[in-house]
Amino acid sequence: MLRVEKLNFAYGDLKVLWDVDLEVNEGEIVTVVGANGAGKSTTLKNISGLVKPASGSLSFQGRDLTRMQPHQVVEAGLVQVPEGRRIFPEMTVMENLRMGSYVKATRADRQKNIDWVFELFPRLRERERQLGGTMSGGEQQMLAIARGLMANPKVLLLDEPSLGLSPLLVKNIFDIIIGINRQGVTILLVEQNVYQSLRVSHRAYVMETGRVVLTGKGDELLNNDHVKKAFLGM
Amino acid sequence: MAVFMQSFLSGILIGGVYALIGIGLTLIFGVMRIINFGHGDILMVGMYLTYVLFTWLHIDPFVSVLITFPLMFLFGGFLQKVFINRVLHAVAQNQILLTIGLGLVMSNTAMLIFTSDYKILTTSYSSSTLQVGGGVTVSTPLLISFAITAAVTAALYWFLLKTDTGQAIRATAQDREAAQLMGINVKRMSILAFGLGSALAGTAGALISPTYYIFPQVGGGFTLKAFVITVLGGMGSVVGATLGGILIGITESLSAVYISSGWKDVVVFVLFLLVLLFRPSGLMGKSRT
Repeated sequence: MLRVEKLNFAYGDLKVLWDVDLEVNEGEIVTVVGANGAGKSTTLKNISGLVKPASGSLSFQGRDLTRMQPHQVVEAGLVQVPEGRRIFPEMTVMENLRMGSYVKATRADRQKNIDWVFELFPRLRERERQLGGTMSGGEQQMLAIARGLMANPKVLLLDEPSLGLSPLLVKNIFDIIIGINRQGVTILLVEQNVYQSLRVSHRAYVMETGRVVLTGKGDELLNNDHVKKAFLGM
Repeated sequence: MAVFMQSFLSGILIGGVYALIGIGLTLIFGVMRIINFGHGDILMVGMYLTYVLFTWLHIDPFVSVLITFPLMFLFGGFLQKVFINRVLHAVAQNQILLTIGLGLVMSNTAMLIFTSDYKILTTSYSSSTLQVGGGVTVSTPLLISFAITAAVTAALYWFLLKTDTGQAIRATAQDREAAQLMGINVKRMSILAFGLGSALAGTAGALISPTYYIFPQVGGGFTLKAFVITVLGGMGSVVGATLGGILIGITESLSAVYISSGWKDVVVFVLFLLVLLFRPSGLMGKSRT
């Protein structure tokens, strides 16, 4: 469904991605794990069109992503929930959600989707009129995910959704990710929380210094010696 | 007391027009982080447009807003698409040079076409006044222009708060990258914002043309005023610019009466410095991290 082949990318003279290959099939939860600076978020930014690759191909359902503007990528059904939540701080929860369904084709489903995300995150319903910037980190993360879901994503790209959250909330967020996936949304997850994310994912890629060094099923990688040593401290 | 009420009221009335100019500048800054130093010159174009419509086609300056607003919107959108969009990621100095340059081209073109003579647009009501009661009178053209300003501002607030496109403009101003991830075409939002900002400046130009001299260099003073209003209200805040405009109008009017009209700009700038001293991010501004 989503295919990344031989992706190379550089910020100016600093090359950060080297021949990254990655594939996401319909219905999967695929995770990219790796330490800070491994190139995970940069890979997502290339997929979303926020930055353009130096070389390599990116395609989604047979369509070339490298020729698309970021807003066209969203229209195609690839929706990114950015790292650091990036909700609109001076808009209410409701306005943030409405922006999630800005794309014309999704506006017809707006009310239905609002009901859906309020069911997923009852807390947001209580905070409907609150300004996004005044909410706690966990609530903002819920809002960011809910806002992404408003766009009817075929694939939801989640960039570090557990960052900065308490352990209890982290578990909560991963449960919700599984729930969203069961409702038919394909998920590409980028995480530093290796243990939790490998547990929930069907397949995973391990990135180190801009390269994919390992790939396999989530539970296989959990028992992989290299992963254990490098990320799990075992 | 009547004198106070009198000058306070005319301060509010002229402040409304200032607010319109300031809102345009702050809207552009909010979406693009660019300060449009040609803003006053766009207002000047609006004034000449009104002048031409009045002298050639005999369209009343206040009615001509219906033509000026859409034409100036298209003009602003054109400037954005052809010029400003190219420097969105350039260093600030280059952006400033570009907007100053565009302003110079506008004022010099106006000079070529209309010469630098002062033009006056005299309507039947240009110097008529209206009794408000308590010995207070207001100038009719100022009152009409304030009513139009209020209507335009209300419509703008409705647009920004209630419509999808208006909300998308605000979203782009608050987080440009996140807006792109919502499927918002931020280049289009920039064109819309510059178009709207220009339409507001042009409308302000139309509204003051019955009471101001029209000449090619009239814009400079308004650019400065708009900049003060924008900073005073908090860069990028539409509510702040509305308040800032009214506040500057009242301050000018009161200081002209109670101190001297020659000193009114000094009073405005002292007030400006005081606000910046105690609230560096402006009246409604959020400190940026």
